[in-house]
Amino acid sequence: MSLKKVNPEQPKNFEFSSNYKKIAEEILKKYPNENKKSAVMPFLYLAQKQNSNWIPLAAIKYISKYLSMPYINVYEVATFYSMFNLSPVGKYFLQVCTTTPCLIRGADKIVKVCKQKISEKENHLTKNGECSWAEVECLGACVNAPMMQINEDYYEDLDEKSTVKIIDSILNNKILKPGSYRGRKNTSPENEKKINGNDYA
Amino acid sequence: MKRKLMVMTMLKEENKIFKNLYNHYGWEIEKAIERDDWKNTKDLISKGKEWIINEVKTSELRGRGGAGFSTAMKWSFIPKKSGSRPHYLVINADESEPGTCKDRDILRFEPQKLIEGCLIAGYTVGAHICYIYIRGEYSFEGKRLQDAINQAYKKNFLGKNACGTNWDFDIHIHYGAGAYICGEETALLESIEGNKGQPRLKPPFPALVGLYGCPTIVNNVETIAVVPTILRRGGKWFASIGRPKNTGTKIFCISGNVNSPCNIEEEMGIPLKELINKHAGGVVGGWDNLQAVIPGGSSMPLLPKKICETINMDFDSLIENKSGLGTAGIVVINKDQDIVSCMARIARFYKHESCGQCTPCREGSGWMWRILNRANNGETTLSDIDLLEDVTKQIEGHTICAFGEGSAWPVQGLLRHFRKEIDKKCSNDPLVKKKKDIPYLVDQHLLEKKNA
Repeated sequence: MSLKKVNPEQPKNFEFSSNYKKIAEEILKKYPNENKKSAVMPFLYLAQKQNSNWIPLAAIKYISKYLSMPYINVYEVATFYSMFNLSPVGKYFLQVCTTTPCLIRGADKIVKVCKQKISEKENHLTKNGECSWAEVECLGACVNAPMMQINEDYYEDLDEKSTVKIIDSILNNKILKPGSYRGRKNTSPENEKKINGNDYA
Repeated sequence: MKRKLMVMTMLKEENKIFKNLYNHYGWEIEKAIERDDWKNTKDLISKGKEWIINEVKTSELRGRGGAGFSTAMKWSFIPKKSGSRPHYLVINADESEPGTCKDRDILRFEPQKLIEGCLIAGYTVGAHICYIYIRGEYSFEGKRLQDAINQAYKKNFLGKNACGTNWDFDIHIHYGAGAYICGEETALLESIEGNKGQPRLKPPFPALVGLYGCPTIVNNVETIAVVPTILRRGGKWFASIGRPKNTGTKIFCISGNVNSPCNIEEEMGIPLKELINKHAGGVVGGWDNLQAVIPGGSSMPLLPKKICETINMDFDSLIENKSGLGTAGIVVINKDQDIVSCMARIARFYKHESCGQCTPCREGSGWMWRILNRANNGETTLSDIDLLEDVTKQIEGHTICAFGEGSAWPVQGLLRHFRKEIDKKCSNDPLVKKKKDIPYLVDQHLLEKKNA
């Protein structure tokens, strides 16, 4: 269970845009008619996407009416799952995996770079309000450790130098290509043998 | 002599099921068909449910999601005839176990194997609808799978009269949102139903009362993805790989302090030492620098170097050594790492991911983390470590789902094999003697003289 802070400043109204309403109707078709409630998680995702990466309380209310669910049940779901952000995280949200497999390959160095470049504390926005970072639990790319996720993309096989490069470029609004930063193909073994592992972060 | 044996155990290229594990050959449906996917699906299905279950039974396939339960047996639990309630097939792609990233490669590079497996499994258990529950972070993998599903629809492999089998079959993707506990099958069903992911009491098992109260089979991605190949090449072929009751091939994820971490498909029961040395380029700093190995994702107790020398990677060998194969996510820890801090981080993971339903787990996971963290900082006494051991025993077996065991076992493994390392850090006298103000000490009142 993660601790969540609800943003003190909230917009008064929320509604899906006409485009998103169409997507929402498509989503509802996936589930049996009497189980519309199943769509609550996809809807929260939609709301989050429409409202620049975070979910306002008005959206929770809107979704509860849309799916005829009690407000508290939607709120419950929004607070239970760690990927629903209840306060702004910026246009670029960096999530650094620090669970053991990444930790022993040097995830602490990635965290250090984030602290230097973005903000001293996690979940704090940069001055222009466009970027923030957080430590998260295992992201499921342990073979490519250490790694981080920027919005939806995985950046793998990182070290201090490549992390600086990636963060510098997103601070300048340029997104680098996701994937391995040691030039290997997905999860295949590397041919060159590294001696005593001095080469990673 | 030993060397020779090792060479013999290496899995032949032709026996590999996931040939496109690294995307050397392309994931698209045309490429997948070249690799024999969807080759004679219609014939296989026309042989009937009994034949399919029997063939899977002969193969002795065990679930790849962690528990290692017989797949054929699980399928046979579903009611033979569907009554008023529809049957559902649910695929568990909520891969969140630290150290594991095998399903991710299947989703992105071998999606057709999974989709074909879904159709066969769906037909066998009488389900017309299949939900694939993917963890929310895998959004790229989810999009890729959706593309693959769309390609399959275009070729009429899915939908009405799927693949010419007279069986209607639809697949929907449902995304999770970052909760580890949703990998537990009943929590996963709760999550699809639009609730918090908190596990249900079993029984009733999902095979009778599952999604929306209907009979449901929940299987791991890898389990379902190997089924078409088993049927095509025969259960006997699959059973001939590995050793009895631990058959077939398995994708191992080797991460941590190895020279070239990788995913690799190998024969079940391959020696751990061979796996690390041959495929992962050896331990960083040489084999002698090995400290411990977590053999099956973070829930499984770690193994010290002595056991790693001889252990075979299959379900039963690992259980004999008080560990488990789990998801086969191997995390190698060498002597440069502080084992206590590694395990303290795993304890923090479990504290963070506990769903909060059962008190022993919700509170206990926090206690384990705090004690291990203090031990790591050298702030514990010897009696604290006994207390830690007691806490793990209080969690284990006292929770609704297996999360309790999953969080307690790694700590128990640490205490079993590395007690000396922890004790070395326990330099402190009992705190009550020290008059130190520590707010979380239960015996705090004893520090104040008037209470003593």
